[in-house]
Amino acid sequence: MSGGHSEYNPRSGFMKWLDDRLPLPRLMYDSFVAYPVPRNLNGWYTFGGILSIMLVAQILTGVVLAMHYVANSAMAFDSIEHIMRNVNYGWLLRRLHANGGSMFFLAVYIHMFRGMYYGSYKAPREVLWILGVILFLLMMATAFMGYVLPWGQMSFWGATVITGFFSAIPWVGDAIQQWLLGGYAVDNPTLNRFYSLHYLLPFMIAGVVVLHVWALHVVGQTNPTGVEVKNMRKETVPFTPYATIKDSFALVLFFILFAWFVFYLPDFLGHPDNYIEADPLKTPTHIVPEWYFLPFYAILRAITFNISIPFTDFVLIDSKLGGVIAMFGSIAVLFFLPWLDTSKVKSATYRPLYRQFFWIFVAVCIGLGWLGSKPPEGIYPTLALVLTIWYFAHFLIILPWLGWVEKTKPLPASIADAVLAKKPAAGASARPAQ
Amino acid sequence: MNANCGDTKLMRPNSVVSGVARIGAAAAIAFGLAGTAMAAEEDGATPHYPLNHPRQQSWSFAGPFGSWDLAQLQRGLKIYKEVCAACHSMRLVPFRALEELGYSEEQVKAFAAEYTVTDGPNSDGDMFERPAVPADRFPSPFPNVEAAAAANNGAPPPDFSVLAKARAPERGFPWFVFDAFTLYAENGPDYIYSLLTGYQDPPAGVEVAEGTYYNPYFVGSAALAMAPPLSDGVVTYEDGTPETVDQYARDIAAFMMWAAEPSLVERKAMGFKVMFFLVLLAVLVYLTKKKVWAGLKEQEA
Repeated sequence: MSGGHSEYNPRSGFMKWLDDRLPLPRLMYDSFVAYPVPRNLNGWYTFGGILSIMLVAQILTGVVLAMHYVANSAMAFDSIEHIMRNVNYGWLLRRLHANGGSMFFLAVYIHMFRGMYYGSYKAPREVLWILGVILFLLMMATAFMGYVLPWGQMSFWGATVITGFFSAIPWVGDAIQQWLLGGYAVDNPTLNRFYSLHYLLPFMIAGVVVLHVWALHVVGQTNPTGVEVKNMRKETVPFTPYATIKDSFALVLFFILFAWFVFYLPDFLGHPDNYIEADPLKTPTHIVPEWYFLPFYAILRAITFNISIPFTDFVLIDSKLGGVIAMFGSIAVLFFLPWLDTSKVKSATYRPLYRQFFWIFVAVCIGLGWLGSKPPEGIYPTLALVLTIWYFAHFLIILPWLGWVEKTKPLPASIADAVLAKKPAAGASARPAQ
Repeated sequence: MNANCGDTKLMRPNSVVSGVARIGAAAAIAFGLAGTAMAAEEDGATPHYPLNHPRQQSWSFAGPFGSWDLAQLQRGLKIYKEVCAACHSMRLVPFRALEELGYSEEQVKAFAAEYTVTDGPNSDGDMFERPAVPADRFPSPFPNVEAAAAANNGAPPPDFSVLAKARAPERGFPWFVFDAFTLYAENGPDYIYSLLTGYQDPPAGVEVAEGTYYNPYFVGSAALAMAPPLSDGVVTYEDGTPETVDQYARDIAAFMMWAAEPSLVERKAMGFKVMFFLVLLAVLVYLTKKKVWAGLKEQEA
């Protein structure tokens, strides 16, 4: 959409001089001022901006925390308390960073569900979507390793469970696990490498974010109608001031939620056991990950049976490997979403059946999250298996099938038409859509 | 959980052996409590501890405008010093922090001087003992976690430094949803209060292992190794506050919350300013947004 045409006019002699040598201001101007965005974006489209600000915030608080944190299994727990008690505003930095991680995931989940609802992954935005899934994976790795650093009970046992995945790989699993841990069990070498990677990965995230934004600016944003922009002048507005001010408003609202947790409920999203120092000899009653990993944890534990060659005792995939495959598969399947969804219509607004299945899928994800927090006993593993099957069926069966059978509603001829059709009801709409 | 002495953390000797001892003790307790567990089982499910939810109390530091009741914290300190400190360390809290309880610098100096800490090595290479100064942390009652376990029937008394935050039983659905709105975050002190006032005779048919005491509020099982530590009149209050177990439990729970999160009041006070600023900013940004987008509509008309 940016199409190589630039509207940048250097105002001063110096800027003109710089523009002839390194056109960085031109790049910034074209990307964040003149960049045209569809004028009918609603509030759900503000989370990309929120996420980039949260990334910067996490890096800033993290860099300062790293000045005071000690990555040593004998001192890590105490160094966190040193930050909480002795470092000037250390308690604030640590609360911002820990709760910031949760807020980051909240925003990314909304961002992803928005992409699913409006079909933002469909051509020509497949690469944009795939870069997003890569960002999600990097975030998960970063958050997991960050949670290990305070060296509490959940840190330690969470690390033990997650690194245990690798031992499920046939034949070479144990060797890989030892190589990753730097020993036979989670210990000081593990903590040190996790700390190093926890510091490294956010910068890799920042790099992929640049690609993600680049890909976005090549193909342009989707919009709630799913109809591509046809008339630039009538259907788009320049990013600044229109999108900038809208994103700013959404960001301030998001910060109110963030501050609510940081200042009033700082431990609400954490686990009390992480205030107990790691003890390799004492397993907590229930090992649970942070809330944002719970759906995947439920999928991991849902596979409680071995898969054998029929009529023989030969086990192809034991339950442990099966769980690990299912869990990684649940993320891997996202990479193929652009091709699994066979419908030509992007937005769920014009797909009555998909819209219902979308909300069922949201409910399934929340249900899996709830089951991930429950002990694996009684009815819970069975329920988790049912929801896991639905999770995969949504991508592998429902989405390809819907494309064939669904009778979609007529699409508006253009964004301008859709906006005009909506005008009379605009006052009654609760959405910040224009 | 580690009742380690202030500076001996790196010198933790032979923790594998002690760990085995601890697991052994835990197994013994679990075995002894099998009867209890059975009694608590319903429909074949494992019992969930604590058997009873903590009883909610009203705390001066609860809510968005909460603040410490300094007299209460001072009473709590007295209880810690005279009762709890015999077994429980508080190795992360320095004496200087006691100024936050309303004591003067001189009072804190005098208080610290009542304790003896090991320092050194001196120029002769010897360790020596000296009276504590405000920069020192509370010395621990046992030299290491093994000694603490050995002296306490295999169950080392947990360290008090962050215990009020480490003992916050899960609230479960739907309560945690309401908590996000009502800002309930006092399940730590509620738990401590409930535990200290919750000792009772085991229900009929429930056997409790030798050396453990039935308490349905205990987070780990149906009975714990700590004997009821408080009794009426065990600590003398100079301000006329009733010298009852109920009052003691309340005061020590508040003190432990302060020890675990000394920045709590500062955090909430800052939270109000931040919220005020953000809400005001939200209104201004919203009005600006309105204005900017209105300009766009005028262009069209």
